[in-house]
Amino acid sequence: MTNQEVAEELVKKFENDVFDFEEPYGLLTLSVSREQIIPVLEYLKNSPAFQIDFLTDITGVHYPDYLDREFCVVYHAHSFVHNFRVRLKVFLSLNDIHVPTASGIYMSANWMERETYDFFGIIFDGHPNLQRILNMDEMDYHPMRKEYPLEDGTRNDKIDALFGR
Amino acid sequence: METSIKTVEAPDGYEGSGFFATSFDKVIGLARSHSLWPLPFATSCCGIEFMAAMGSHYDFARFGSERPSFSPRQADLLMVMGTIAKKMAPIVKQVYLQMAEPRWVIAMGACASSGGIFDTYSVLQGIDRIIPVDVYIPGCPPRPEQVIDGLIQIREMAASESLRRRNSPEYEALLASYKIQ
Repeated sequence: MTNQEVAEELVKKFENDVFDFEEPYGLLTLSVSREQIIPVLEYLKNSPAFQIDFLTDITGVHYPDYLDREFCVVYHAHSFVHNFRVRLKVFLSLNDIHVPTASGIYMSANWMERETYDFFGIIFDGHPNLQRILNMDEMDYHPMRKEYPLEDGTRNDKIDALFGR
Repeated sequence: METSIKTVEAPDGYEGSGFFATSFDKVIGLARSHSLWPLPFATSCCGIEFMAAMGSHYDFARFGSERPSFSPRQADLLMVMGTIAKKMAPIVKQVYLQMAEPRWVIAMGACASSGGIFDTYSVLQGIDRIIPVDVYIPGCPPRPEQVIDGLIQIREMAASESLRRRNSPEYEALLASYKIQ
């Protein structure tokens, strides 16, 4: 099972909904449209030829400079049978930051999507319990977004006299 | 009879045949300072260093802290060792609230004292933002000798503390400033 075979199968089945194929460090990487991400994951998992049935990770990326595709949700999946990995990306606009949940396919997606919501504010539609998982519940922002100054100049908890800065 | 066993020296007082008179402050302080039961609240690497201090080589137990109390209700000394995330802060505070007076607190290491290198959105910048602290032990992590030095300072505080200190207006104002009680 090679990257080429999997990519050709995906293009044959999903046509224009899969695009931007790459192979950084030999890892098959592609973008998927938001509408087709769940069918693609389902197909990779259930196809008898591939059996890519382990969800390694879901995470997010913020690209503040990409107009109308500021956010990216990244899925890593792994086939234990063939020892084959694939990386899927879904780009989202800041104004419509919704993506369907994968928790219907993978139980483990539940917590990973909560984490991605916690840090990036990406809304996973249909998620059974979309609330913060790592940060405190009172937090009113999504800390991994690249939209905050590196340091708040008005803070006074670490003053020069004590911390020399 | 010659012996190598050291016993505690008696506090100042009047001594005569068959009696010894001194004040409760001194006797109770003496007793407390020799049986401080610590509650190790260890969240990270400072906790590992505390285990070294507790082990046979440094032998924390010889100062009367033989029994680490994992129940706050039987503990005298809360030792917070390691990074306290903001999400952990209410738990530290609840553990402190469950301890009975008199209670002392040690903040061990840079993280517990000031947040340390974790100057970030998720980490509490020193446990003194939520509970009063008696002794800060610097270091990242501190050596076991420093931990023992911190404990000895707590012992001195316990031995010399007036019995009425915990009822004093200053102490109540301190607790009120942390919104305790």
